[in-house]
Amino acid sequence: MLAAARCIVYRDLLLALRRRSDVATALLFFVIVTSLFPLGIGAEPNLLRSIAPGVIWVAALLSSMLSLGRVFAADHADGTLEQLLLSSEPLGVIAAAKAFAHWLVSGLPLVLIAPLIALQYDLPATLFGVLALSLLLGTPVLSMIGAIGAALTLGLRGGGVLLSLLVLPLYVPVLIMGAGSVDMAAAGLAPDGQLLLLAALLIVAAAFAPWAIAAALRISVE
Amino acid sequence: MLEAAELECERGGRILFRGLSFALRGGELLRLAGPNGSGKTSLLRILCGLLSPTSGYVSWEGAEIRRLREEYSKQLVYIGHAPAVKDDLTAAENLAITCRLAGLAVSSRTIQHALDRFGLPHNPVPARRLSQGQRRRAALARLALSESLPLWLLDEPFSALDAEAARLTEETIARHVAHGATVVYTTHQEAKIEAAVARVIDLGAQA
Repeated sequence: MLAAARCIVYRDLLLALRRRSDVATALLFFVIVTSLFPLGIGAEPNLLRSIAPGVIWVAALLSSMLSLGRVFAADHADGTLEQLLLSSEPLGVIAAAKAFAHWLVSGLPLVLIAPLIALQYDLPATLFGVLALSLLLGTPVLSMIGAIGAALTLGLRGGGVLLSLLVLPLYVPVLIMGAGSVDMAAAGLAPDGQLLLLAALLIVAAAFAPWAIAAALRISVE
Repeated sequence: MLEAAELECERGGRILFRGLSFALRGGELLRLAGPNGSGKTSLLRILCGLLSPTSGYVSWEGAEIRRLREEYSKQLVYIGHAPAVKDDLTAAENLAITCRLAGLAVSSRTIQHALDRFGLPHNPVPARRLSQGQRRRAALARLALSESLPLWLLDEPFSALDAEAARLTEETIARHVAHGATVVYTTHQEAKIEAAVARVIDLGAQA
């Protein structure tokens, strides 16, 4: 079972490596959007510090969504998705591996670069850890929820817009908890509560999203 | 044994076929015939479980495939209309990944051997650079590695192939059937596949 999952992750990473521009687009989008705010608002450190968590999290949300369309669309177009559905392992395992690969390519880079972005907002260095941790817990949830949406809108005309309408409202709890944890830490309080809630969301998503993705894929391929 | 019972398929409000029943034992070859749009591909997709029939069921060794799911998928090879070849990967990488996902243990030597047999170049070029026929060959090379699987479902295996590759595919199918496997395929070309029991279902005549 793990062999098949590893094979999918390996394949998707290899494909991402061969098409580096796709990965770079999402990351650059994140960097540019987060850089626009300090430029637009100007040098007001207090304001920047207070909006930083929210802006970084919203940018992460949008950037993760930018690459969602590709999760299954390419596989659907060239027929490999049918082969995935007919693989020797349960479809849920394959779906989980696809979502994990999406996170490795589009979520993990955001976690790593977020502290650098936070510098532009004059966020104190003590908050970098909380910011990165909240993104580390939250972005996999975004990938999993997003993959459900991507599977449901597969092959639809105008699927991209529909996907964002479908998925963005579902991202709201992650956004509130993620940005909230950094805000708490900035106010000098312990962010544990929010982070634990994010972790709980991650566990629930990991348990149920793969099967939801699998069911959506079966419907879409028919 | 692959068994279809009272299959009915409706696509886009049109009934493609109704009351279709057949049973195939090992060593039997079934060709699905009929004009474009008569439901050949839909029937193949129903047989491999990608599509659920409007009514009726398909069973494998006496159990419904809907319940078997991946236990059934493990037994079959489905080659669809699209070659299922990733443009950015080489033919060898494509083949290795497809086989590993199908649960077949393959080494790089057996993969090279299969690619050789289907006359694909050794140099690692991405599939994007291959011609339409070569991609088709890359997809069919999987057959050379799937001789242990008792059921092959092939949708238009001969399209875009040149005479030599078509003959090679015919031979591969004939050998597999002779070894006691079941093969279902669709084609518009006249294919000469020798088999002890060769049956034809004409979906055009059905409707």
